[in-house]
Amino acid sequence: MDEKKVLEMKGIDKTFPNVRALRNVDFSLCEGEIHALMGENGAGKSTLIKVLTGVYTKDAGTITLKGKGEVQIHSPQDAQKLGISTVYQEITLCPNLTVAENMYIGRTEGALTNWKKINEAADKLLKSLEIPATATQQLSNCSIAVQQMVAIARAVDMDCKVLILDEPTSSLDEQEVEKLFGLMRDLKKRGVGIIFVTHFLDQVYEVCDKITVLRDGGLVGEYEIKDLPRVQLVAKMLGKELDDLSDIKGEGGTYEGKDKDEKIFEAKDLQSNAGIKPFDFYIKKGEVNGFTGLLGSGRSECVRAIFGADRVINGTVKMHGKSVKINKPLDAMKNGIAYLPEDRKKDGIIQDLSVRENIVMALQVLTGFFKPFSKAQQYAFADEYIKKLNIKTASADTPIKSLSGGNQQKVILARWLLMHPEYLILDEPTRGIDVGTKVDIQKLVLELAKEGMSVTFISSETDEMLRTCSRLVVMRDRKVVGELSGEDLTQNKIMSTIAGESKS
Amino acid sequence: MSKTDKNEMSFVKKLVSNQLFIPIMALLLLAVINLINDPGFFKITLGTNNAGNPVLSGYLITILDYGSELGILAIGMTLVTAASGGQDISVGATIAIAGSAMLRVLCGGNSRPTEIQAPIIVAFLVACVVGMLCGAFNGMLVAIFKIQPMIATLILFTAGRSIAAWINNNELPIVPDPKFAYFGSFIPGIPIPTTVFIVIACVIVIAVVLKFTNLGLYTQAVGINENSSRLNGINPTFIKFLSFVILGICVAVAALIKVSRLSTINYSVIAKDIEMDAILAVALGGNALSGGKFNMWASILGAYVIQFLTTTLYKFNVSSDALAAYKAVVVILLVVFSAPTVRDYMAQLSKKFTNSKKEVA
Repeated sequence: MDEKKVLEMKGIDKTFPNVRALRNVDFSLCEGEIHALMGENGAGKSTLIKVLTGVYTKDAGTITLKGKGEVQIHSPQDAQKLGISTVYQEITLCPNLTVAENMYIGRTEGALTNWKKINEAADKLLKSLEIPATATQQLSNCSIAVQQMVAIARAVDMDCKVLILDEPTSSLDEQEVEKLFGLMRDLKKRGVGIIFVTHFLDQVYEVCDKITVLRDGGLVGEYEIKDLPRVQLVAKMLGKELDDLSDIKGEGGTYEGKDKDEKIFEAKDLQSNAGIKPFDFYIKKGEVNGFTGLLGSGRSECVRAIFGADRVINGTVKMHGKSVKINKPLDAMKNGIAYLPEDRKKDGIIQDLSVRENIVMALQVLTGFFKPFSKAQQYAFADEYIKKLNIKTASADTPIKSLSGGNQQKVILARWLLMHPEYLILDEPTRGIDVGTKVDIQKLVLELAKEGMSVTFISSETDEMLRTCSRLVVMRDRKVVGELSGEDLTQNKIMSTIAGESKS
Repeated sequence: MSKTDKNEMSFVKKLVSNQLFIPIMALLLLAVINLINDPGFFKITLGTNNAGNPVLSGYLITILDYGSELGILAIGMTLVTAASGGQDISVGATIAIAGSAMLRVLCGGNSRPTEIQAPIIVAFLVACVVGMLCGAFNGMLVAIFKIQPMIATLILFTAGRSIAAWINNNELPIVPDPKFAYFGSFIPGIPIPTTVFIVIACVIVIAVVLKFTNLGLYTQAVGINENSSRLNGINPTFIKFLSFVILGICVAVAALIKVSRLSTINYSVIAKDIEMDAILAVALGGNALSGGKFNMWASILGAYVIQFLTTTLYKFNVSSDALAAYKAVVVILLVVFSAPTVRDYMAQLSKKFTNSKKEVA
């Protein structure tokens, strides 16, 4: 084994009933290296990580650790003892305990615990890692990013040689991500090998040294970051040459019906109890527009107010020029408005129900309590959309929670498309899903618009918005501060509007 | 050969993973124990009762008869559990209230009337309204004020029997009409207990409701993810409220049977501890007590498993005081056996077993 390598996995195989999740995969990690593990949903990233952390047991292959030789990892505890730590996307700490308690929980020896000593040790570690938190602070009082860092600090203190970060940035805003990267670079200097799993290409190029790409359970290759330009990375992940991601706009043209100037939906002084300032908004038939702004600027709150998801406290709403009342989601649905929520897990999927039940849910509710669809009808609907959106699921009866994130999102999308809405609101439909599905969704949005559906599209990734939207409403501090369209739709213009520079 | 093996295995797997598996296995086990102990357990005889009417008797008939209240309550309890992720512990006390209200209407405030003061159907409908009101009260606390179901229903659990006594001025009225006793015993000329027909009617009603409305889908959706259900246009508050009201109707039907059995009421004893058996029935049916997905038929079957167990213990001459302790032991076994971890382990074990068998072959 190479001197610098802290971890080497060779010929890893893992088969689940029906699926061969990993085929002869090799992976190696050096000291002081940040190594990105890339691939679409279902490529085998998670499975590989879970094999490494002992959640799954490999069927074949070897795992070798520096100084330990070949090891067998049968449980997460084994992995931890061997110096392999993981920080997951969802923070797995206890919010009601203090920072120090979280860092040392389960690691204190003996029946008595000297909390004073532990608090001191925790403070020292936090300080050395420059994490802005104190030992005695309650964890829930820290921002998500700091909580994430505390989880990392806990891992680091356990003397880890291999640190796995599984999508740590998906719920962080830009500044927080920067802070996290600072910490990662710091750890790198200390010689920790970091495996970084993410969907954000920018972040990979900002912080990583090497990339390993997986596809359909097999290894595509390991690359130095400088040898693999972005487009090629995407092509490798998708397994096909992608002309260019930015080419999808204008491909199919826009909606050209006679009624294309009709305002489908119009709101005046709309305000909900979620803390946004009253705002005006409209959307025309076949238009794709969007709300943009920093995380927490009130983008989601605006569309939630439109859908009646939060309690509307002010304002008037018109559909096709006629006044309507939208006080709850059902009112909006009856008016042909559909809303794909931002938080898929919390607001979107109904975990234990099948893909089929999840797909028919909205239309079923709209059809009425006393008119349930027959099983055959449900299967027909589900199969139609599973095929149409290319949802990867074992069957229509599989519980949605066992699907990958991207496919869950497609199911939710199917749920709303089945309703054949006039106006579709997509709040971060591409968050946390793979590039291929992202492009699929963007294309779908443009296609739908061409057929006359009005779409409001929200995304944290500005280039995605520029690619799909023809008009952007810009928000800052829970207030609408501008509207951009046509020539003004550029990265720079958006930035300056968000920052408020154009005004001064 | 290998193909049939595979089919066999998937069939076994399907069987084991079915929610009805545990209650059915429990029933079979109890049946076998009784068969070994005394095959006479299964004997059903046609005799005549005191009034000279033909009646079926035997342990199995006893189980079917006395398991009725529990079976009916299991229907409502399953819905409450699924929608709210909690349980209603006030059902015993609300049976007392609904039963007391029924007696009050039948006897008109007079504890020894010579004839009933109102038709039985009217009394029953009043009991239904009272049961639904109790359910609505619990449902309001849980759905609107977001109080934990067990805490919310603790109120009626504590106060219910006193309210029941108050309704009849703490007297114990006796219903003079022999027809009223039919509901808890036999209708002249029909040898099958009336309660069996009542349960069948209830099961048919709930089956029809589940088939021709979205109650099942909505209830499960609300139990699994309330936020998401709301964004799909469902009103979670109403669904939770509704589940408690439905349980209220079940309570009224159970009260009819209970009161009819005696033609009177004993406020402190009637339907005592029945809430725990009803919750247990839901759990035995393999339904998660934390809410979400449910299987109604498994719950109802679970209710009869409990009654089967009780009757079996009586058969073994366990005194009624010690009954609870024996029951607890069996319950521990059943619950542990149906726990997911144990089931996973069993599944692995059976897999190993079939694998080794294959190697030998």
